Amino acid sequence: MDKVLMKGNEALCAAAIRGGCQFFFGYPITPQNEIPEYMSRELGRAGGTFLQAESEVAAINMVYGAAGAGARVMTSSSSPGIALKQEGISYICGAELPCVIVNISRGGPGLGGIQPSQADYFQATRGGGNGDYYLLVFAPANIQEAADLMIEAFDLADLYRMPVMILGDGMLGQMMEPVVFKERKPRDLPQKDWATTGTAGKRKPNIINSLRLDPAELENLNIRLQEKYAQLKANEVRYETHQTEDAELVFVAYGTSSRIVKNAVAVMRANGLKAGLIRPITLWPFPEQAFEELPDSLRALMSVELSHGQMIDDVKIAARGRWPVGFYGRSGGMIFTQQEIVEAGEKLLREVSHVSGV
Amino acid sequence: MAKARGNVFFDNDRCKGCELCTTVCPVDIITIDRNTINKKGYHPAHVTQPEKCIACGNCALVCPDLVITIERVA
Amino acid sequence: MSVVFEKTKGLTEKEFHYCPGCTHGIIHRLVAEVLEEMDLLGDAIGVAPVGCAVLAYDYFNCDMHEAAHGRAPAVATGVKRALPEKTVFAYQGDGDLASIGTAEIVHAAHRGENITVIFVNNAIYGMTGGQMAPTTMIGQRTTTSPFGRNAEQTGAPIRIAEMLATIEGASFIERTSVHNPVHIRKAKKAIRTAFECQQNRKGFSMVEVLSTCPTNWGMSPLASLGWVAENMIPYYPLGNFRNPDKEA
Repeated sequence: MDKVLMKGNEALCAAAIRGGCQFFFGYPITPQNEIPEYMSRELGRAGGTFLQAESEVAAINMVYGAAGAGARVMTSSSSPGIALKQEGISYICGAELPCVIVNISRGGPGLGGIQPSQADYFQATRGGGNGDYYLLVFAPANIQEAADLMIEAFDLADLYRMPVMILGDGMLGQMMEPVVFKERKPRDLPQKDWATTGTAGKRKPNIINSLRLDPAELENLNIRLQEKYAQLKANEVRYETHQTEDAELVFVAYGTSSRIVKNAVAVMRANGLKAGLIRPITLWPFPEQAFEELPDSLRALMSVELSHGQMIDDVKIAARGRWPVGFYGRSGGMIFTQQEIVEAGEKLLREVSHVSGV
Repeated sequence: MAKARGNVFFDNDRCKGCELCTTVCPVDIITIDRNTINKKGYHPAHVTQPEKCIACGNCALVCPDLVITIERVA
Repeated sequence: MSVVFEKTKGLTEKEFHYCPGCTHGIIHRLVAEVLEEMDLLGDAIGVAPVGCAVLAYDYFNCDMHEAAHGRAPAVATGVKRALPEKTVFAYQGDGDLASIGTAEIVHAAHRGENITVIFVNNAIYGMTGGQMAPTTMIGQRTTTSPFGRNAEQTGAPIRIAEMLATIEGASFIERTSVHNPVHIRKAKKAIRTAFECQQNRKGFSMVEVLSTCPTNWGMSPLASLGWVAENMIPYYPLGNFRNPDKEA
């Protein structure tokens, strides 16, 4: 397997094909246009089918159809486009269908901008549509990780019969980095005997459906979904810790912007301040256990996001009041610099040590 | 050609008393049975003179609820 | 002793929930009979979007998808692209197809998607209790046009069959009715031709079927059939608007 230099959007597609993607339904929206473009060129060659839909709403419903017919199917979009897909995603969760959804997010709200943003955290992790449901949400920090996660995504979607979201941002999508496409590790996946492939006169009809007019039945569906989510929390949480063993201040950051925070950690350490980083790779389920392994030396946490603070809620939940939780963020597509993070970190440590009189 | 003769069977409990079948019978032998109430609480349609049925199938054609089955006997 | 009429295998044992005299029941039967007669039940995948007929997924004796309101043509597209050899149909009401789902139906036709759409037009939203639909007639009272629909405020009823017939990809478009035995037989023929169009890969096929809604029209089932004939058919003329075999 040779190393190639590739744009993030295109690497996601190459990885998706390697991951078994057979169908792609999408719609143009910056900054993810290279994804439908690449798929329109390459998916057919790989034996799959690309189709540009008339809207994101139509695209997610095509995903619903193909997934219900048993296919490995994917769609991608960016923030407002993902907002349009929310009803469809809720239906996909309610009907327990596997698929992969890529959000190369951009600044909001409204039409917003096309620069990178992480202001879709709530949309991705709290379920942007109606009803109690979650997606397995991955937040790759670089193109190699994005490719690795994408290759696995279809298997995980089939295993749990649910959508898997790859949440990137404009940086991840547009920049080029070296990447190696690894082999898909074999998994034994359940048969899709629920799929609508035609009864062929041999079985009772299969019905892909999320309508349960009988409240008891709808509750049973919800209970079954919650059991699935409990399994995900037990088996699929992923995160990275960086220099947290002796840290006084631990940043929490994900995606491409976490790389800037890693640099800030190095600068602070050079200045004699022990900083560290927790980097969630799954945004949902959120890696709460990472906060159970923190040292006694810890005096504060700081959530660092390209938004005005969304993941900070989960950080506070995970902190359980044991440490003060600061925040630093930029929005609109503005990216914080390493120096801004260093100064914010130092400021928080001063405030915390002032308060605790150390 | 001998006149066609049919056996018509109404599955009373499926009927919703909508009366659509009562206006399409060429020999006019279908009416609503006001003396009966079916499982659904409707007065079901029924055939008054079965022997006159010519097995044309119109009643079954217009029935929205698959109440009627027809066999041709002659 | 030969059977003249019996319940088609294309329908399950479940009894319809439809209101007395609602012609959904007739149209379901026609679609099911055609699928049985063409021996397609084992290959058929139907899509039932939100509306009175959403519960069709319990009635058609083949694999089914329940779809979001208006999105059946997109869901059907996903199924058909995934399983090109199968017979895929969508069964939609007018609120679903002619209002929220107009983009999806137009683009399914525009793509010449090889699916069959059964479009049941009863000039009203049935499931939600009788609101005005884009197909509601001028002057027709509904729960959201209580003084009678007026064109100045809400436009004139939309003629879907004619609209879709302007699209190249639409191979077979016909408007039919089920308000009496003669028209029911014609409607069944059109439905059959539509499925044959799909089977012969000739592209998008749609049969619009004028239908009744006695409960929300506030009329008896028999009077409703008359209303279709006297009010709907003059405005929604029956007939074929696109036929793949007819030379253009």
